[in-house]
Amino acid sequence: MSAGSSVASPTEPTPLWEVFVRSKRGLSHNHVGSLHAPDADMALRNARDVYTRRQEGVSIWVVPAADIVASSPDEKDSFFDPAADKVYRHPTFYDIPAEVQHL
Amino acid sequence: MSAAPVPDATSVSTYAMRLGDDALVLAQRLSQWSSRGPDLEEDIALTNIGLDLLGQARSLLTYAGEVEGRGRTEDDLAYLREERDFTNLLLVEQDNGDFAHTIARQLFFSTWQLALWEGLLSSADETIAAVAGKAVKEVDYHRDHAVQWTLRLGDGTPESRRRMQAGLDAMWPYVAEMFAADPLDVVLVEAGVAVDVAALRPPWDSFIDGVLAEATLSRPDDTWTPTGGRRGMHTETFGYLLAEMQHLHRSHPGATW
Repeated sequence: MSAGSSVASPTEPTPLWEVFVRSKRGLSHNHVGSLHAPDADMALRNARDVYTRRQEGVSIWVVPAADIVASSPDEKDSFFDPAADKVYRHPTFYDIPAEVQHL
Repeated sequence: MSAAPVPDATSVSTYAMRLGDDALVLAQRLSQWSSRGPDLEEDIALTNIGLDLLGQARSLLTYAGEVEGRGRTEDDLAYLREERDFTNLLLVEQDNGDFAHTIARQLFFSTWQLALWEGLLSSADETIAAVAGKAVKEVDYHRDHAVQWTLRLGDGTPESRRRMQAGLDAMWPYVAEMFAADPLDVVLVEAGVAVDVAALRPPWDSFIDGVLAEATLSRPDDTWTPTGGRRGMHTETFGYLLAEMQHLHRSHPGATW
């Protein structure tokens, strides 16, 4: 048995997991949604059933939602606004070869 | 190696129909979990498994109808046959019961069916071998799903353990039929079309024993071992399943959406 398996009571939902799917080789994993599962193994299997049943992916990550540290909407101004007027941070002065994809 | 005898069309059709009926009836049972799963994720998992089986059933029944040569389609075979004409195993028609009963049924059946499809990959019948090629990957997942839940329920709480053991005990009598070969099997095994089901029993036993040991569950005692599904002799619950499955098509022949 994997660690952390515990069977929840019917009234208590199992832990929440965030699901990331790589749609094809070479691309990165993208967040596709979340689901409930009692442990990591079951979360992976549930993700397979819920999010890849139409061949959406070649790889899945599941992460306990409780372990995700998120920025707060209250900090939006201090976090993101200062970047708005710093145009020199954007690589707009390069010519990107047509062969480079996903940039 | 001497040339294998070529089986007659009726035998091949009957064999395909048996395997198709197993898949169709279990698909119907699993579909009854729609919107009734323990949670949304499991709802989707069980019905996905049902849809896999329905896909297998469609291929097999279509083929059975073609080989039979009486012009019967997959729909004719699924919706217009009577109870006694269905040749599925008794195990797959058993009631869903609680979730643990359903998992026990799936564990027993998928472990058997995976070994069957693996054997049929090299069937002399090209269509059956092709269906096997697709089904092997599907059923590998079905078995894994059932194993995962058996472990968690068996090695979970006292209540989940009690229910899982009760599910195993309830489904156990119908295990023996999966490995009972009849004269049709013998002919088709000789022709290289079918798998010798009796030979699948030892590996099935050792796999199931391993899972049950890890799940801290007991192997049920052998008691009575009813058979008859392959001859159309079904358990009482099957008539209700069939009525639900067939009534729409029979009330509105050719209905589509």
